[in-house]
Amino acid sequence: MSQGLLVSAYLISALLFVMSLAGLSRQESAKTGSLYGMVGMAVAVLATLGHAATEGLTLITLLMMAGAAIGLYLAKKVEMTEMPQLVAILNGFGGLAAVLIGFSSAIEAINLRAAPIVGKFIVELSPTEQLIHSIEIFIGIIIGAITFSGSVVACLKLNGSINSRPASLPGGHWANLAVIAAAILMGVVYVQQDSILALVVMTALAFVFGITLVMGIGGADMPVVVSMLNAYSGIAAAATGFMLGNNLLIITGAMVGSSGAILSYLMCAAMNRSFISVILGGFGTESGTVVSDGEQGEHVEINVEDTAELLKNASSVIITPGYGMAVAQAQHPLRELVNKLRAQNIKVRFGIHPVAGRLPGHMNVLLAEAKVPYDIVEEMDELNDDFTETDVVLVIGANDTVNPAASEDPGSPIAGMPVLKVWEAARVVVFKRSMATGYAGVQNPLFFKENARMLFGDAHDTVEGILKQF
Amino acid sequence: MRIGIPGEIQANENRVAATPDTVGKLQKLGYDVVIESGAGEKASFGDAAFAEAGAQIGNKTDVWSSDIVLKVNPPTDEEIALLKDGASLASFIWPGQDQELMEKLSQRNINVLALDSVPRLSRSQSLDALSSMANIGGYRAVVEASHQFGRFFNGQITAAGKIPPAKVMVIGAGVAGLAALGAAGSMGAIVRAFDTRPEVKEQVESMGAEFLELDYEEEQDSSDGYAKEMSQAFIDAEMALFMEQAKEVDIIITTALIPGRPAPKLILEDMVKAMKPGSVIVDLAAQTGGNCDCTEKDKVVVKHGVTVIGYTDLPSRLPNQSSQLYGTNLVNMLKLMTPEKDGELVIDFEDEVVRGLTVVKGGEITWPAPPVKVSAAPAAKPAPVIEPKEEKPAKPWVKPAMMAFGACLFGWIANSAPAAFLEHFTVFVLSSIVGYYVIWNVKSALHTPLMSVTNAISGIIVVGALMQMGSDNNIILALSGIALMVAMINIVGGFAVTQRMLKMFIRD
Repeated sequence: MSQGLLVSAYLISALLFVMSLAGLSRQESAKTGSLYGMVGMAVAVLATLGHAATEGLTLITLLMMAGAAIGLYLAKKVEMTEMPQLVAILNGFGGLAAVLIGFSSAIEAINLRAAPIVGKFIVELSPTEQLIHSIEIFIGIIIGAITFSGSVVACLKLNGSINSRPASLPGGHWANLAVIAAAILMGVVYVQQDSILALVVMTALAFVFGITLVMGIGGADMPVVVSMLNAYSGIAAAATGFMLGNNLLIITGAMVGSSGAILSYLMCAAMNRSFISVILGGFGTESGTVVSDGEQGEHVEINVEDTAELLKNASSVIITPGYGMAVAQAQHPLRELVNKLRAQNIKVRFGIHPVAGRLPGHMNVLLAEAKVPYDIVEEMDELNDDFTETDVVLVIGANDTVNPAASEDPGSPIAGMPVLKVWEAARVVVFKRSMATGYAGVQNPLFFKENARMLFGDAHDTVEGILKQF
Repeated sequence: MRIGIPGEIQANENRVAATPDTVGKLQKLGYDVVIESGAGEKASFGDAAFAEAGAQIGNKTDVWSSDIVLKVNPPTDEEIALLKDGASLASFIWPGQDQELMEKLSQRNINVLALDSVPRLSRSQSLDALSSMANIGGYRAVVEASHQFGRFFNGQITAAGKIPPAKVMVIGAGVAGLAALGAAGSMGAIVRAFDTRPEVKEQVESMGAEFLELDYEEEQDSSDGYAKEMSQAFIDAEMALFMEQAKEVDIIITTALIPGRPAPKLILEDMVKAMKPGSVIVDLAAQTGGNCDCTEKDKVVVKHGVTVIGYTDLPSRLPNQSSQLYGTNLVNMLKLMTPEKDGELVIDFEDEVVRGLTVVKGGEITWPAPPVKVSAAPAAKPAPVIEPKEEKPAKPWVKPAMMAFGACLFGWIANSAPAAFLEHFTVFVLSSIVGYYVIWNVKSALHTPLMSVTNAISGIIVVGALMQMGSDNNIILALSGIALMVAMINIVGGFAVTQRMLKMFIRD
């Protein structure tokens, strides 16, 4: 295949990727969008195969089949509640690939300098070109390595295999800073000395940095971390593109990088925190008094029968789910409840806070899995003014995202965070396991509001209990 | 323990302290229930319905010899005598207004639970019988008014001409007032309300009514949840407002009560004179003397062309409804006092709700209870007000300096880097911008599929691995081989899981 054909194939697949992302803007076009992505990928792979040497094709095919089989297995096996883990680990694979390609590229570059002959051509790079190439390799590897180790830790944290509380090295951020500084120093040594050993040490340090970085970030900030790692995997791909002089990689990497960066920004905005403060660790590091944990008033309990009664008499209901719904797997009985209510002509909607769950859009996927029609699932901004006209709000496994302290108490650690104004409804029923505080460790005055009722117990069981009353 | 439900003997009382529904709930708490034959007749609950719900039907003696007697009105002397030793009686008592009754009750070794003395806490709302009766009274007041009023409530434009809507003013926006506002509003009248507590404005407006305000300020705190008497200057301003409204409105419903005192006189005779002929006043405070000069207790009178209704038995005029609500209040009270659900009544003075409603315990007067604050307020405001973080004035030179530095750096790179690098850099910058605009359009509901698609397409790095598979160096081959496989996991896993997710999104 000629060089011209290859470049045009790359152009086509780049266009298809853009169309793929554009397709995701609406549910109706999303499926076609992902199809465009697949076609684009197939075009790119086939064109590269057709252009590159044909030797070793069997090995290549075998490896690709193996990778595809593993990918397919992961994708089919994963539970929807485990989606965050899968996305995190897939980011990591992108990073790992970047590291590996960086290394092979580095070895190639050194070999080339020793014997600057490729086929019939003599390849001689100018010193500047060599320098830039080395820097590209360095950037590709360091970002890839941070992405990989960070993603692995994020995946383990999301999976509950390691504690999701923020944990940091002695010395905190300074230790992290020292690690990354040492890694960059090793990178400089590599660029100047062409030493593969320096590159290996640099990679190891970058792995360590990725681990400590994500270890220091707590569970509820995971949406930001996962989006950030998503952006990193894109940048790593773009850096690889620079390294190999391949425009398709650069284009795709840049788009993925933008996507991850925008998602990180949206998640941070939804928590009213700066990106830096999320990355530097959990709550409590900021100044500001922790609100006295003394008794704030009395909470009133409600039972399953009365909740069912409330729902039957309501004319409009909003359900605001949080991570607790995912943990309790309550989305399935919830959907049945929604069907029952809608059959009685009660207006039911879901209100989703942007950072509910552990992944951007996590709640939407879970509700979709339970076959809740997406047109009754609304974003916070779409329905936040409707709570005043709502009879009953069911808060299921959400805490900080419905905390009135965010708007009422300037001393609260979550002050200023946009929250769902559930307390404006006539009645709020909070499904909760106990009176424990949410992730931010902030007491929630919602529970003591006069119109709030607490329904204690596992959300799955309580929702099923309500179902029985219908 | 056995619960007895006697019939009410007062002439104009139609209510009963239990319904077939609440009888079932009482049995769930472990009690046996015996009801006097015919007790629920006037509230349309027949003996058969009670029997079906599991109650025993008995005569007067059976009922009054029970361990617990539930009724509506305060007991008569004869009834007190019928109670057995150590029994408990729950009903309206009005201990503040009726000292004599309290004396008589305390001469027996009995416990008396007064449903009118429930402290107003969020927790005790479910047994607040005053609120449930006031709700019914407010509704019925509107019904009575419309019965006497010679016109429609709602405005209409008909072939026979235009009909203006009725204007209704409610004084006192308590439970009864709000219920009246709701009922009148839903019949189509223009509704407005006045209350001395400015904090109820929001509630009034939530009922779709206008809140009338005085241009007069007075310190008001109602730590017990009820309105208090006001200063003279305030009353003058109030009177002027009522006079002005009286000329305009068609129906006035007054609900102003001060606990333990005669009702304040708010609608004076000259205001009644100022009202249009055919107007109606419903005085819900008739029991304690009335808010209107012209009110006559339990009667409907016409003065100066205005009908003044002074019924004191409005809840009893909706007997089925009020029996059901009152009965449920009693069930909720017994729920609180039967913690084990074993049919044993426990009077626990540690519980401030139980303490408040128990007015006689073992023959001793325990009224009034020590005051409780309405709804435990947040225990002291979170004391230290945080100093607003000192915003460091952004140094004005930082941004331009950074930009200048960036420009210099880029200039240096542009100058020394090979053209190929710059070409790639151009592609990178432009693609970032394309990505930026495309991604902003993605719906937040699709963020997870977006992430998995970007995951999949960032697997394009597979192209890099393929390009290096042509090498004859074994290390390079091994490294790229692993990279190839890993990238394939990314591609296939990402796309497959995206498809799986997108299939789940269904439209209604």
